[in-house]
Amino acid sequence: MRKEAMMSKAKALGGKILTGPFIVLALFALIALILMVKRFALGLGAVSNLNDGHPWGLWIVYDVVTGTALACGGYAMALLIYIFNKQTYHPLIKPALLTSVFGYSLASISIIVDVGRYWNLHNIFHPKYANTNSVMFEVATCISLYIMVLWIEFSPTLLKGANRPKLAGWVQKLMFFFIGLGVLLPTMHQSSLGSLLIVAGHKVSPLWQTMFLPLLFLISAIVLGYGMVIFESLYASANLNRPLEIPILSKLSGVIPWLLSLYVAIRILDLVVRGAIGTFVTEGFNSVMFTIEMILFIIPIVILFPKANRSKPRRLFAAAISAVMAGILYRFDAFLVAFNPGDGWHYFPAVSEIMITLGIIAVELMAYLFLVKKLPILAGNHKPAHQS
Amino acid sequence: MKRRDFFKVTAAGTLAASTQVQAREQRVLSDDALGILYDATLCIGCKSCEVACKRANDLPKEHGTSLEQQYGVQGTWDSGSDLNSNCFNKIKVYKHGKAEMKDRATDGYSFIKRACRHCVDPGCQSACPTSALTKDSTTGIVSWNPDACCGCRYCQVACPFTIPRFEYDSPVPRIRKCSLCKHVIAEGGRPGCTDYCPTGASLFGKTKDLLVEAKRRLELQPGEAADYPVRFLGSGEFQSHKVAHYVADIYGDTEGGGTQVLTMSGVPFEKLGLPKLPDYAAAWKSETLQHTLYKGLIAPVALLGGLVTVAYKNTPKGDEEGGDDE
Repeated sequence: MRKEAMMSKAKALGGKILTGPFIVLALFALIALILMVKRFALGLGAVSNLNDGHPWGLWIVYDVVTGTALACGGYAMALLIYIFNKQTYHPLIKPALLTSVFGYSLASISIIVDVGRYWNLHNIFHPKYANTNSVMFEVATCISLYIMVLWIEFSPTLLKGANRPKLAGWVQKLMFFFIGLGVLLPTMHQSSLGSLLIVAGHKVSPLWQTMFLPLLFLISAIVLGYGMVIFESLYASANLNRPLEIPILSKLSGVIPWLLSLYVAIRILDLVVRGAIGTFVTEGFNSVMFTIEMILFIIPIVILFPKANRSKPRRLFAAAISAVMAGILYRFDAFLVAFNPGDGWHYFPAVSEIMITLGIIAVELMAYLFLVKKLPILAGNHKPAHQS
Repeated sequence: MKRRDFFKVTAAGTLAASTQVQAREQRVLSDDALGILYDATLCIGCKSCEVACKRANDLPKEHGTSLEQQYGVQGTWDSGSDLNSNCFNKIKVYKHGKAEMKDRATDGYSFIKRACRHCVDPGCQSACPTSALTKDSTTGIVSWNPDACCGCRYCQVACPFTIPRFEYDSPVPRIRKCSLCKHVIAEGGRPGCTDYCPTGASLFGKTKDLLVEAKRRLELQPGEAADYPVRFLGSGEFQSHKVAHYVADIYGDTEGGGTQVLTMSGVPFEKLGLPKLPDYAAAWKSETLQHTLYKGLIAPVALLGGLVTVAYKNTPKGDEEGGDDE
């Protein structure tokens, strides 16, 4: 195992930073920045279609609820490597951790854009104001702590890049504690992101409203984590000129069908027990979305149960995409599609609202591209990137 | 970790959680809780309550609305069509078919008052991460604290009646809603909407007394004349009205764990935009779940202990190269 780890020692990719795609991303980031100025000068209504019936829109549902789940790679891998002691997956942890760091950090920036009275945000942690009964309190506390933990987990790489190996060694010695905390916190807040909807009661369609929301959100977040790790690795192989990491990915992909089977079983059994299985056909558009969701959840199960498929890059890629899409759709459905405040309220994100989200994603991608080229993050054995 | 270790960790966590399973008790109406009984069968749609509400809360009139455009007038009357950040109380109308007869679902019509119902177990209060929405322990009035609020709008998500409104067009937005004119009550007065209602359709009082009054009305013989108190219980003012055919239920008695504002009508509540709710508050479910998982932080701390121990075992040690940064 040690030998294998040595072989896959992480290296900086090198290469030019200001590539064409990078400049396009920067342009998106700039547009988002200008729109953010408008939002802070004129209010949320000036850039978004948020309204009193649909107070949460794209920013909360994509940037926070979905974005942090997509960034669960670090959590999902730490769970396998350090809790289940599967050290073979070690080469995958660093890139996963990097996406987690940025996914979560940018989600926190989205929150500042989204909340109306951002100057009072600190009240969530103020003993005089903190409401421990609030699911939002739990989510906010855990996410804030986890962002700190993620940066600590990632800091040795940064410190070594900054030529501070001694300090990096120090952090490394205490790492076991932060790894433990880094598994506990997402377990808590990824489930609570689902619990957020319980208080909304009848406003959420019975196809999604259940006391099992926290468990369903947790399982699907872990699957999103593995799905993204596989997707990113295959994508990086195709586009960053790196060899395929098939043996390790195919092994990792074996976890997905089991988790998804558990998820689908809970989802269906819960509907049956609640006597709401009929809503599977009677809820109109909601029923259609539920069906699409279920198909997306079942595709990876079908593809990945036969072992032979797990080492075929195309099938692996299709399964990962389907698992990721399923998790994303589940969150959009629960928070937006299935959310009906009545009285004819409706919501679809405004163009400027979408542009702000795209800008935030652009910043995330820019940071990722910059860091994998400058710091030892991706596992070795790679061919050198285009040198200019 | 070994499979056995894993089971130990999860068992510790689950055990700690399950010993703490305790449903948060359902809140009950306090004896001094204040409220309003809105009887749609007495409402004539005059909107005096809306004018009084705006005056009592110092709110501006709304102009340039679609209603004004429709009639080609401008600045003539207060013409908003729904609750908003400058309107805490709105009379809306239900119409069906020929709308010939009041308080009838088919080919009839009815008015309905929309304002905060001051829930016994408010979703907004449970949801708010900064305790900006508070419920007075005596009067039960639910109000908003600008010093606490961070503008996350979870209260809006949580409210079963979509009552709290947010100033989307302001860089320094506030959450706005009816506070049962608590500033007027503090000076010995009564909520504007009830004090100016000419027919007694909006009646102020202690909720428990209003419930008695509401039940009395359900016992009356439809078609016969009866006396109805006006403005507030104990005002000594009465009006005689012909008793309507009531829906045999008082909305807010049990709905969503109960609300301090009660509604009676001749048209089924759901047709008037009042959602069908279970007899418990969604907040009660949500908090029971959170308390079960997180009470005293016992389960999370136990789980953390297990996770850290296992992570310590599984982190390669002894050399700088080991661990995470390999």
